[in-house]
Amino acid sequence: MSTGEDVLFWVLAPLMVLAALGLLFARKAVHAAVCVVFVMISLAVMYIAQDAPFLGVVQIVVYTGAVMMLFLFVLMLVGVDASDSLVETIRGQRWIGVLLGLGLGAVLGGVVAQATFPPAVGLASPDEENPVTLARVLFGDYVFAMEVVGVLLVTAAVAALVLTHRRSLEPRVGQKETADAKVAALPSGGRLTPLPAPGVYARNNAMDTPALDASGRPIPESVSRILRIRGQERSATAILAAEHEVLADHEPTRHRDRRDDDAHPDRVTRTTDEEA
Amino acid sequence: MELTHYVVLSCILFAIGATTVLLRRNAIIVFMGVELMLNAANLAFVTFARMHGDPHGQVIAFFVMTVAAAEVVVGLAIIVAIFRTRRTASVDDANLLKN
Repeated sequence: MSTGEDVLFWVLAPLMVLAALGLLFARKAVHAAVCVVFVMISLAVMYIAQDAPFLGVVQIVVYTGAVMMLFLFVLMLVGVDASDSLVETIRGQRWIGVLLGLGLGAVLGGVVAQATFPPAVGLASPDEENPVTLARVLFGDYVFAMEVVGVLLVTAAVAALVLTHRRSLEPRVGQKETADAKVAALPSGGRLTPLPAPGVYARNNAMDTPALDASGRPIPESVSRILRIRGQERSATAILAAEHEVLADHEPTRHRDRRDDDAHPDRVTRTTDEEA
Repeated sequence: MELTHYVVLSCILFAIGATTVLLRRNAIIVFMGVELMLNAANLAFVTFARMHGDPHGQVIAFFVMTVAAAEVVVGLAIIVAIFRTRRTASVDDANLLKN
């Protein structure tokens, strides 16, 4: 073992233990997930340092890339704010758990301290790359296990599909059913076409401005129903009047000409007066 | 420094993962504790493979990763299914079989 690896180990190992403790103590599940991601990336670095570059890459791809992202997806699905309850359902469970954890650590550490390990042989060989060595073993000695693992992965994928599948309670409403319903609602005042889009004016282009129909009247349905109920709909005539004021300020001559020729703005004003 | 340090580190990580499984109530965090234990075991496998100069240890670690991926997929699917029916991810609330 070289000094470089010494430094690597003593930098990474305390951080890894801290991150693992973060998993144990983090109040929010997302923080715990990020801590675990850190531990796994550090483990990948350690694998690469320990003559296992293939496993290091697989660790990053499978664990941080797939497994932890799956965890984060499920966290988002379940709700990021779903934090732990602090109520103990079994009395003294916390202390018993801490005691068992410390005991497990002590037993494992004691066993490792008692054992005498042989000096490291090392796996780095000059004539064969690590993935080639692994492939020889994997597809030589363990070829049946490899097949079984493939079956296991397929089974797991199908199981995930089946477990998260939700049977719908009502028949599926597709394009044809929607069209039929629209036609059936036609005599009672339904409409076939989609609702008109909100109006676009020279100085206004927002959801709360009604569009004008061919005769210059505002169409109420072009504004969202929610805005109409809340009374947040803007009046088309006010917008048009404001526009004409601006036009009058900037181009007095042209505006006067248009006023003489074109009765359109007057008509809009008149219709809203009637409505009011 | 010897390779023993790696084994000690894997023991510490395993113990922390086991404690997480025992202490936390959120099913997703419990699952992450299981993942931490599997990773600690993998670190021990890789270290022993290097110690003995035998690639079999690395192959076993590879199998552990594959099985862990399958386990995570099924486990998270179960958590999602439980969340859909009971609106909770806490392991304490899934006690329908108790009564």
